[in-house]
Amino acid sequence: MALVTLQNVTYKYPLTKTPVLQNINLQVNEGEFVAVVGPNGAGKSTLCYALAGFVPHFFKGEISGSIEVDGKESSKSTLDEWVLNVGLAFQNPFNQISGAKYTVFEEIAFGLENIGVPRSEMKARVDEAMSLTGISDLADRSPYSLSGGQQQRVALTSILVMRPRLLVLDEPTSQMDPIGTREVFGVVRKMAEEGMTVVMVEHKVEWIAHFADRVIALKEGQILLEGKPNKVLTSDVLMENGFGVSRYTSVAREAKKQGSWKQDKLPVTLFEAAEGFAPTPSPSPRERGESKK
Amino acid sequence: MNIEIKDLRFTYPTGLEALKGISLTINAGEQVAIVGQNGAGKTTLVRHFNGLLRPSAGSVWVGEWDTAKYSVAKLASRVGYVFQNPDEQLFSRDVLTEVAFGPKNLGYAKDKVDELVKRALSLTELNDQTETNPYDLSPTWRKMVALASIIAMDTPIVIFDEPTTGQDAVSVARIANVIAELKKEDKTVIAITHDIDFCAENFERVIALSNGGVLLDGEAHDVLAQEEILAQTYVDPPQLTRLGKMLGLKDTVINQEEFLKAVGQD
Repeated sequence: MALVTLQNVTYKYPLTKTPVLQNINLQVNEGEFVAVVGPNGAGKSTLCYALAGFVPHFFKGEISGSIEVDGKESSKSTLDEWVLNVGLAFQNPFNQISGAKYTVFEEIAFGLENIGVPRSEMKARVDEAMSLTGISDLADRSPYSLSGGQQQRVALTSILVMRPRLLVLDEPTSQMDPIGTREVFGVVRKMAEEGMTVVMVEHKVEWIAHFADRVIALKEGQILLEGKPNKVLTSDVLMENGFGVSRYTSVAREAKKQGSWKQDKLPVTLFEAAEGFAPTPSPSPRERGESKK
Repeated sequence: MNIEIKDLRFTYPTGLEALKGISLTINAGEQVAIVGQNGAGKTTLVRHFNGLLRPSAGSVWVGEWDTAKYSVAKLASRVGYVFQNPDEQLFSRDVLTEVAFGPKNLGYAKDKVDELVKRALSLTELNDQTETNPYDLSPTWRKMVALASIIAMDTPIVIFDEPTTGQDAVSVARIANVIAELKKEDKTVIAITHDIDFCAENFERVIALSNGGVLLDGEAHDVLAQEEILAQTYVDPPQLTRLGKMLGLKDTVINQEEFLKAVGQD
């Protein structure tokens, strides 16, 4: 069942000349994990803001079309109603951290305080969320004393703790090392399995191929392609547009020209590339990385 | 001009010992990538090169200057530093003013400033944006402005802190091009990066830090092949290195060119 429905959404910021989103039509089902790829300036962050209600409620500007989450329409809701259903982790965690709290624990509890969750429940939820994202040991640190990657985890945790129906993530792993990236994708997948709907903007396409249910490729404010991760991420359209292409896809595409890649289907992930280049022997489970489910 | 680091130790006021005795020489004109997990000491190390941090013990020399004895302003004539987050660095109302600020401040004559600014803007493809307020640009382009404002200072040493974070493929290629141009001009380029593939494609030397010390240091090709040792600092080898290993290729490959050559021969 569709939790999110966008119909003919076109949006222009107050000071931009051309629309940043143009006639976007999109449905996302409950519990679905959708990844959004696109070059810088494609409108990915604006799409996140639109889902999260900041467009147009906070940024103003001109919007047409409709944005529905869980049957409610954004234009007919206020931002404080909207955020009960939708949580957004900003691209730059620094822009999200409240500045009003001295510790990570308090920062994560901030949203719950605002919606009046009882103290005992609050503590349990914060502890649970911190343990989920692996930041329990940061509880007493100042949010500003953390590295970029750690701040991103705090930003993600402070949204997860709100248990939104729709989780919107704008490049949540951009400042993380590989191990952090892997963990965040794992957590997000787990949330989707438990029924949370996820829209994630991300450049790391191998991880998308591994974890997401569907990929949307955005360019110049329009949906260029959408579909199953492998199909979208290996399409010639992305290569021609110069974004969303993994190194495994591009090396296999070149290898195909020289005859050392013999299949029709191109790989996105390491495992797919290894299988395709050498059908036997197959790689060990350890080398495959963790499985999707 | 070389950078000489002699038994460098640094402890933050909080008591955190971030560097635990590092000795290195970075030679003039080298392209060096510094890798390692969050908290390994990468940023702490490079912030000693331009005097933003001062050694708790040991020393850092930039050419014949002991950085402990020179101000940040003075060191800025030798070492340019592009911050990870451009918003920590940008403050002018328009791109032109921002990019011209550094060379002006270094006391270059107007003609020279104009020439340096023009070159920096053209390398970063910002020619059309001179009148734009940096904060009206997307984060990608703000990063380019930050980069241009440092390149314009024409320092012999340029440091990039996480240059590819949040950048798309087109933008990463643009940054790679800037690094290649700086190399042609015999400048020293030092980059902190988690983007190990970017590192494999653009840097000749790689230093891996772990827990405040040097774990590995050498030619990119050799360092990036050390999968087990790199794992200690949570650095995955380049994607095509891993693929090459899984396929049992005889030689280590670190980028597409090497990979295609190797599979072509099989």
